[in-house]
Amino acid sequence: MAGLAAAFGSGAMTNDIAGIKKSDVALIIGSDTSEAHPVIAARIKQAVNEGTLKLIVIDPKHIKMADFATIYASQRPGTDVAVLNGIMNYIIQHGLEDKDFIKERVEGFEELKKEVAKFTPEYTEKITGIPAKTIEEIGELYGNAKVAALYYAMGITQHTTGVDNVKSTANLQMLCGNMGVEGGGVNPLRGQSNVQGACDLAGLPNVYCGYQKIGVEEIHVKMEKFWQAELNKKPGIPMTVAFDKAYDGEMKAFYIMGENPMISDPDLNHIEKAIKNLDFLVVEDIFLTETAKMADVVLPASTYAEKDGTFTNTERRVQVLHKAVDAPGQAKHDWEIHQMLAKKFGYDWNYSCAEDIFEEIRRCTPSYAGMTYKRLEKNRGLHWPCPTEDHPGTPVLHVGKFAKGKGTMFAVPFKEPAELPDKEYPIYLTTGRILQQFHTGTMSRKTDGLNNIAGPHALVSVEDAEELGIGNSENIKITSRRGSIVTKAIVTKRMPKGTIFVPFHFHEAPANILTNNALDPIAKIPEYKVAACKLEKA
Amino acid sequence: MKITLNGKIIEAKQGQTIFQAARDNGIYIPTLCYHEKTGPAGKCRACVVEVEGMRGLQTSCSVLAKDGMVVTSNSENVLDAQRLVVDLLLSTGRHNCLSCEKNGNCDLQKAAYYLGIEVGSFQYADMKPDIDDSSEFIQIDRSKCISCGRCIAACNNVVVNNVLNFGYRGHETQIVFDTNLPMGGSSCVQCGECSQLCPVGAIIDKRAVGKGREWEFDKVETICPYCGVGCNLELNVDRKTNSIVKIRGVEDAPTNEGMLCVKGRYGFDFVGSDERLTTPLIKDADGEFREASWEEATDLIVEKLSFIRDTYGPDTIMGLTSAKATNEENYTFQKLIRTALKTNNVDHCARL
Repeated sequence: MAGLAAAFGSGAMTNDIAGIKKSDVALIIGSDTSEAHPVIAARIKQAVNEGTLKLIVIDPKHIKMADFATIYASQRPGTDVAVLNGIMNYIIQHGLEDKDFIKERVEGFEELKKEVAKFTPEYTEKITGIPAKTIEEIGELYGNAKVAALYYAMGITQHTTGVDNVKSTANLQMLCGNMGVEGGGVNPLRGQSNVQGACDLAGLPNVYCGYQKIGVEEIHVKMEKFWQAELNKKPGIPMTVAFDKAYDGEMKAFYIMGENPMISDPDLNHIEKAIKNLDFLVVEDIFLTETAKMADVVLPASTYAEKDGTFTNTERRVQVLHKAVDAPGQAKHDWEIHQMLAKKFGYDWNYSCAEDIFEEIRRCTPSYAGMTYKRLEKNRGLHWPCPTEDHPGTPVLHVGKFAKGKGTMFAVPFKEPAELPDKEYPIYLTTGRILQQFHTGTMSRKTDGLNNIAGPHALVSVEDAEELGIGNSENIKITSRRGSIVTKAIVTKRMPKGTIFVPFHFHEAPANILTNNALDPIAKIPEYKVAACKLEKA
Repeated sequence: MKITLNGKIIEAKQGQTIFQAARDNGIYIPTLCYHEKTGPAGKCRACVVEVEGMRGLQTSCSVLAKDGMVVTSNSENVLDAQRLVVDLLLSTGRHNCLSCEKNGNCDLQKAAYYLGIEVGSFQYADMKPDIDDSSEFIQIDRSKCISCGRCIAACNNVVVNNVLNFGYRGHETQIVFDTNLPMGGSSCVQCGECSQLCPVGAIIDKRAVGKGREWEFDKVETICPYCGVGCNLELNVDRKTNSIVKIRGVEDAPTNEGMLCVKGRYGFDFVGSDERLTTPLIKDADGEFREASWEEATDLIVEKLSFIRDTYGPDTIMGLTSAKATNEENYTFQKLIRTALKTNNVDHCARL
C-alpha cells in the first residue's frame, strides 16, 4: 500500500470488480487468482471466454489462470521489477506509451525512462529467465491495448522489494495511460474479508481513520476533541517490528483480536520466543488458536454469522452484514468487549448496536461520511470515497486527476531477494494460498470436507521429483536456514524446475517455519514469496 | 415500448425477451432451461407462447419483445403445449416431491402446479435413483435431471471451470464430469454454481439433505468472511437449532452475481463448531486455563494493562486488530488502544 500511496496518493485498489468487462487486456502478476480470489477469477475467465479480453499471466507457477492466457511467462521468483522494467522498456522503445497522459498527469517519466533503458529483452531474459521474445510479445500486446487492467496480490507485495514491485506496477499503468479509466487501474486483490476496512478504520500504527496522519498537530487536536481523550502524538510501530522488539524484551503486553500470528507470521520459532517474552497477552478470538493457547486471558468473540456490521471489500465497497444466528455461550461481539473495557478504563462509551458505531465512524472518516446503513443496504454497498449523502460513491479512483495531484513515476532499480539459493540450499521456496483453505485455517479447517479435499502438501516440479527419486504423494523433508517440515509432495508440471510451493494454512506442516523474516524496508512486509531451501526424501 | 400480453398492455424494455417483460410485469410463464445468468437456451420449450403474425409457437425466453407485439401465454393452445412438455419431463424422471430436497423451490414443481398436472401421464417401470455422491459437498441424482443444460452453462460460461458437459446421445443423454469421471474424482472445484442453478432436485448441496424444507429456513443476507471479494451470501438458518443449514450466493449482488467458492458456500462449519470459545478463560499460575466471568477477566485485563502502561510506558503495549472483524469492531479496538492505553501501536495482518 505504501507503494501506491507514493505513486497516486491513495493506497487502495483503484478500480472496481465489474470493470473487467471494459478491459481489452489484463495482466495478472503475483496473484494465483483462481485459488485466492476465485470469484474475481471467474469474472476474468468470463471476459476471456466472451472474447472481450486478452489475458497475460506472469507467475513462476503455471497457475490455472495461465490456461486462459494469451501469453504466459514464468519468471524466476523475486524478479518482478526486472520483468516490469523490461516490458516498460519495450513499450517506450516502440513508442507505445500514452504520451498525452504522461505529459498531463505524471511526473518522473524521464527518470523512469533512463532506469528501464538497460532492461532490453535480452538483459531482462538474463535476470528473469523469461525468453526475450516473450517480453517483446507482452510489451506489444500490453502497449497496444486500449484499456488494460493490472491485477496483483501477495505475489507482488510479500518481498523485501515489495514496495519497489508495487511502484513498478503503478509505473506501467501510468505509462500506458490506464489510470482513472473504467477497465484499467492497479488492482491489488485483498486477501481477507475486511482487510481494506481494517486499514480504513485505522488498524495501522501511523494513521487515524481515513488515513489522517498521526503527528499532524491539527488532526491530533481534532481527534483528542472528538474522542474526549488525551492521545499519544508519536506514531506506533508495525506488528513485524513489535515482534522483533518483544523478542528483545522491549515489549510488555500484546492485545490480539482475531489474529493467529503463531501460524501466519514468518519464522515461527522467533515469534514463539517473542510471545513467551511478554509479561501479559490478551487474545480475543472465536477458537483457542495456537496463539490463544499462549495467552494469559482469552476472550470469546463472535463469528460473521452472529453479528451486524460492515465489511469493506477489495474494491472499496462497504457492505452490510446481518446477524443470522446467536453466538454460543457467553461469547460477545468484539465491540461489546471493547466497550466493557473502555468503561472500566474510565471512558463513557454508550453504543447500543453496530450502527451506532458506524454513525460515529462517519463523523471522523471523511471517505465514509456520506454512507448510512440505509444507503448501503439500498445500493448493495457503496465505494469510498463517498463524502456526502448525495454522493454516489467512487468505483474508479483518480479520474481526471490523482489523489495527490500529479502521479509519480519512480525509477526502480532491480534488487535480488534477500535469500538466494546456493550450494547448501539450492531450491527456491515460495508460499501462498490454496482454494480450499483460508489463512491460518482457524475458520476453514473446521469443515471436514475441506480438509478431505485439501490437506498439507508441497507442489514439486517433475524434474526435482525425479532428481530426488520421489513419486506423487510421497513425503519430503523441506529444510531452510530457519527449520524443517515434512509434508506430502504433489508432483506437477505446473511448477518450474528448482522451485517448490508450500501453502501456509497447515499447522501440521507450517510453511512459516521455513520462511525468511527479512522485511521490506518501508512496508515491513516479510519475504514470504522467496527463500532458499533443500529437499530430501523423508 | 409496449406489448400486449394476454389482452393487457404492458411495458417492455429495449432488448428484453417476451419472458423477461412478462416476469417484470408479474406474469408467470413456466421456464426450466432459462436462467437470467445462463441466458436463453430455447431447449425445454416450457415457455412457449403465441405471437401474432409469427408461425407456430415461440419460445418466449429467446424471442425479443417488439413494440406493438401481441402475445398470448394463457390460451388453451399454449397451455396444452406447455402441459405436454412438463408432463413428458415428469414422466421421464423420478420426480417424487414428497422426498425431494427441492420441494417448495423447484421450477418443475412450480410449472406442474401452474399447469394443473398431478402426476406424469406415462411412467417408466425401471426408474431408479442414479446418485453420484462421490463429491464432498455436491450430489447429483441423474434420475431427476431434465437435461435443461443450466448446470453446464453455469460451469462453462459463468464460473468457467469447464468440468460439466452432456455425454452420450438421445435418450441416453446425461450430465458428465470431465471424461465421465465420478464427480469427486473429476477436476470439479465444488464451487456449487451448478447446484445453485439446477431448477430441479438433480444437483443439490449434499450436506443439507434431510436438514429441513426450503420454507422452514430463515434467509439472512450477509457478507462472506473469507477473502476480500465480499461475496454476498444468503444464509439458510434453522431457528430451532440456531444453525446454518446451507448457503446460496445472492444473484443480484454486484460483487459476486450469485457465484461463490467452495469455502464461502460450504466452509461454514466453524460457526457451529463445538470447539468455539464460550466463556472467558484465565491462565492460572500452573499454566492451565480456567473458566472465568466477564467481570473477572476484564478486571484483570484493565489492572494488568494499566500497570504496564504506567510502569513501562504505553509504547510497550501492542494491539493487533483483525482483518476478519467488522469496520465497527476495528474502529472500537483502535479507539480503545489509542484512548485508554495511550499508544498508537495498532496494526493487523494486512501484510501477511
